[in-house]
Amino acid sequence: MSEDNVKPEDQQASMTTHTEAAPATDTPATAEDPDKAAKVKTAEEARAARAAARAAKAAEEAGGEDAPPKEPSPNQPKLDRLVAIIREHIGEGTVQEAFINERDRHLPVIVVDKAHWSEVAKLLRDHTELKLHYLRNVTGVDYETYLEVDYFLINLSEKQDYCVKVRTDREEAQMPSATPIWPAANWNEREIYDLLGVTFTDHPDMTRIMMPDDWVGHPLRKDYESIDPEV
Amino acid sequence: MIRTEELLLNVGPQHPSTHGVFRIVVKIDGEVITEATPVMGYLHRGTEKLAENLNYTQIIPYTDRMDYVSAMTNNYVICHAVETAMQLEVPERAEFLRLIVMELQRIASHLVWWGTYLLDIGAMSPFLFAFKDREKIIDFFNEISGARLTYNYMRVGGVKWDAPEGWLDRVREFIPYMRKQLDVYATLVSGNEIFMSRIKGIGQYDAQTAIKYGLSGANLRCAGVKWDLRKDQPYSLYERFDFDVAVGTNGDCYDRYLVRVEEMHQSLRILEQALEQIPAEGEIMGKVPRVIRPPEGEVYVRIESPRGEIGCHLISKGKAEPYRLKFRRPSFVNLQILPKLLVGETMTNMVTILGSIDIVVGEVDA
Repeated sequence: MSEDNVKPEDQQASMTTHTEAAPATDTPATAEDPDKAAKVKTAEEARAARAAARAAKAAEEAGGEDAPPKEPSPNQPKLDRLVAIIREHIGEGTVQEAFINERDRHLPVIVVDKAHWSEVAKLLRDHTELKLHYLRNVTGVDYETYLEVDYFLINLSEKQDYCVKVRTDREEAQMPSATPIWPAANWNEREIYDLLGVTFTDHPDMTRIMMPDDWVGHPLRKDYESIDPEV
Repeated sequence: MIRTEELLLNVGPQHPSTHGVFRIVVKIDGEVITEATPVMGYLHRGTEKLAENLNYTQIIPYTDRMDYVSAMTNNYVICHAVETAMQLEVPERAEFLRLIVMELQRIASHLVWWGTYLLDIGAMSPFLFAFKDREKIIDFFNEISGARLTYNYMRVGGVKWDAPEGWLDRVREFIPYMRKQLDVYATLVSGNEIFMSRIKGIGQYDAQTAIKYGLSGANLRCAGVKWDLRKDQPYSLYERFDFDVAVGTNGDCYDRYLVRVEEMHQSLRILEQALEQIPAEGEIMGKVPRVIRPPEGEVYVRIESPRGEIGCHLISKGKAEPYRLKFRRPSFVNLQILPKLLVGETMTNMVTILGSIDIVVGEVDA
């Protein structure tokens, strides 16, 4: 196994060679034709491997669900405080969702209503307890039913990360820009506009950045089809 | 009084000082820049889009081609993202090998910067010194991975090849040699009066501005912000090593120069300790499923590349291909401050300032 592990990219090989999840003994030796028998065996093995993967995943997920009641995340108080601050200053319905992403070093994540995003951004930057001055990354994602922009923020002196997500409709993809708050968002938002078609209002220069100005469509959208099949 | 006409000047995309295909349109009044607009995308290959149709091992060579001056750190960030998402353990020897190649890469990358930066300013010979010594590191990489620039060396769960016989000893011998060379560099350039007058006080910004613009790496530290992900949000094995974070005070080109030179010294220190502690033998691949399928969910990992914070935001739907893969490219983010720095500077200083930000256009455009 260890020798095979050196080449995980050999997926083709993985379909035909023996795997741990499917021992050869499971295969019923019924077919007379050796070729057919081999094929049946391979298919059986592949099925068993998939089943094992599914079982492993299910077990893992079950474990993930079990974990929170046992031991709340060390960052739970930070998340609660963040939500409380936003509720207090801006309003009840502003935070649509709040959870801890345990897989990502217990990152506190909130989903903010896009109508209040500008105010929330300003609060996150200026509030004396938060002081999230540093915007480290902005990602745009197409979830097929809606578009999402993730802002990753950090307070450099306390080294506490947060992730703020803002969701928008796919058809009229529009949300307030964070560039007036963090100039670092400028090109990132332009890139998201270019590749995903989210228009950021109040952005100083909402133009394409990677693709040519006359490009049609937004390539990172899941339903994107190139106008020119040659490209 | 002499009245000069405003002139629109196009620098690039093919211009030696832009280090690749990067274009900047400047409006100049005589010698003074009044407005600068960077234009990019000439090297955009759609890495993030391509990645959505590739499995994770197939994506690794694409990362080599983003920041091609520092491919090892790019290899690491994608592997690290998948490992974090799947909670995989990497064998100790593999992790040491990764760390050693990453630190060697940091030196090699800074040497490229050092040589070409001085070339930009007008000094030819430092370039030859830097490339001669960088070649030694490239030879090490060639031995361990079979490639000089695009290594494709790391894998999810470990590395592709173990160090060849005698490789670690040769790297060990390289450290004192490189230390001596860095001293030679210092006498050659660091105190040179012409050089100092060219870069001191040029392209200056304060810590607040640096943070506002999301700068990272030497561009952030030169302004006095002590922020190095190897220390502040440790990954890999960096917690085990004793090293200092190089910090500047003035936030000008000269401090960025000093920070990068000091980082080479610190990398040598890390290398020395890593070569001391590396297990003599052991596995180089962890237990990785045959088909890599990170569970549904997302992670954002970030590491300190020679150019700053390189991040990888991986969103998985439990398939063999990522649902969305976003790379936070330090060159791209660092470059945003350029238009602000250029206003009021002369054309000669444009080259000095652009060089001091240290961009790789493959990474800017991805």
